[in-house]
Amino acid sequence: MAAVAEFDSVGLRYGTGAEVLRDLDFRLRTGAFYFLTGPSGAGKTSLLKLLYLAQRPTRGRIRLFGEELSEAPREELPPFRRRIGVVFQDFRLVRHLSAFDNVALPLRVAGAADEDVEGPVREMLAWVGLADRASARPPTLSGGEQQRVAIARAVINRPELLVADEPTGNVDADMANRLMGLFTALNRLGTTVVVATHDVGLINATPGAQLIRLENGTVIDPTGTLRNPPRPPRGAA
Amino acid sequence: MLDWFFVSPAERRLLGTSRLGGPTPWVIAIMSFSIVLIAATGLALASTAGLLSRAIEARYALEVPGGGANLDVLVQAVRSTPGVTRVEAVPESEMRKTLERWLGPAARSGELPVPALVNFDVTNGASLNAVQQRAQGIASGARVVSHRDSVGPLLRSLTLLQSVAFGLVLLLSAAASAAVVLAARGALDTHRFTIEVMHGIGATDLQVTHLFQRKIAIDALIGSVAGALAAGLVLLLLASGASFAGELTGGATLGAGDLLILAALPFALTLLATWVARSAVLRTLREAL
Repeated sequence: MAAVAEFDSVGLRYGTGAEVLRDLDFRLRTGAFYFLTGPSGAGKTSLLKLLYLAQRPTRGRIRLFGEELSEAPREELPPFRRRIGVVFQDFRLVRHLSAFDNVALPLRVAGAADEDVEGPVREMLAWVGLADRASARPPTLSGGEQQRVAIARAVINRPELLVADEPTGNVDADMANRLMGLFTALNRLGTTVVVATHDVGLINATPGAQLIRLENGTVIDPTGTLRNPPRPPRGAA
Repeated sequence: MLDWFFVSPAERRLLGTSRLGGPTPWVIAIMSFSIVLIAATGLALASTAGLLSRAIEARYALEVPGGGANLDVLVQAVRSTPGVTRVEAVPESEMRKTLERWLGPAARSGELPVPALVNFDVTNGASLNAVQQRAQGIASGARVVSHRDSVGPLLRSLTLLQSVAFGLVLLLSAAASAAVVLAARGALDTHRFTIEVMHGIGATDLQVTHLFQRKIAIDALIGSVAGALAAGLVLLLLASGASFAGELTGGATLGAGDLLILAALPFALTLLATWVARSAVLRTLREAL
């Protein structure tokens, strides 16, 4: 099956420090759902940065959407970034823009006309339960609301690859399930989803998802293939 | 070509709505004010030099040592020389009267040798030698002097002052550009987070640059037009009370072409600021991934 991302002997170091990621060799299949787990400091966020093209590897090769992008000129990267939706751990919302404008940002960057922005953004805000907060600015939103705006922004463009760093860390269980439902729905429509999380409950509640476990900057996978997550226990909700 | 200038309200909101809050428009207004005043001075000097040069181009003086007892005969001799168009005698007494303004009663002293003058204009083909020969037949020490030679140093000074004015305009434009570069870097620092987010979701450098380019173009336009208007007001005030200056310069004024140049200056400054801002922003953005 086609791969949305292929990592080949990838290593990453910041400055002159030790490698934070090393010998990463794996493929992410198009249309699959992955959870990225591992202890704090294992390199999950760094790995996600490589995936959403915020960082170049210091060694090895990364192919995204079939293109070798490790050393691609920076002016060639924007079209690939537009195919990726990112939910940042710290939300990364633009403080002086309303929730509406934050969610609309990817559409506008992609060149959508104003009349093509209004409907989808309102719909997405309604979906994440923030229809009545469209004009609110991030500082006036709670952590959970900000996270939902960040998620709405990440998925508004129907990305081919969705990368989320602890996307349910600031929302209650009900909203977490709702958001994971959104991710699953997108996944069913063909989006490859990669979610970094510590939440075992979340992993268990997503049957069919695959697990990538990182420890000390490398993927722990003695068999050389990505492991399926544990199935939820029988009778569990 | 100007798509980047006419953007939707949503795009305008990306960098916030603050206007005239920063120092950029004020700095550019001061630069524009100075540039327009200095350029006006340079253009007026050029106009004066041109007037003066044209006025004396064909003008000569017959200098007659000892006062010229036969001044009327000399005037007649000069007038009858072919090619001489206008003749005007300046007797020794009138010369002394003129000198009295600077020298006081000493100008009347017989010990001060003062020549009489016969000013005359010539057309092409007139022979200055013939004038001099005729004059020397009447007054032996008479000699023809070119007004251009007498006023030459003044004309050279005026040209030098024009060059200084032009140099100052260039220097001030460079200073305005430097201020714009600093403003652009400051704006990039202020909006670094927004830029990172935009890059992260696939915005190109040009998309980001256009936002800053537009903001700085508007600031520069407001500043430079305001500065130029203030300078225009000062020039009007100077012109309305410039009878003294008019006497000195022979009534030199700014022509329609000069006024057009002055009117174009704030827009040229805006274009320069916009181009400089665009280059500075693009250069800075290229340093990021």
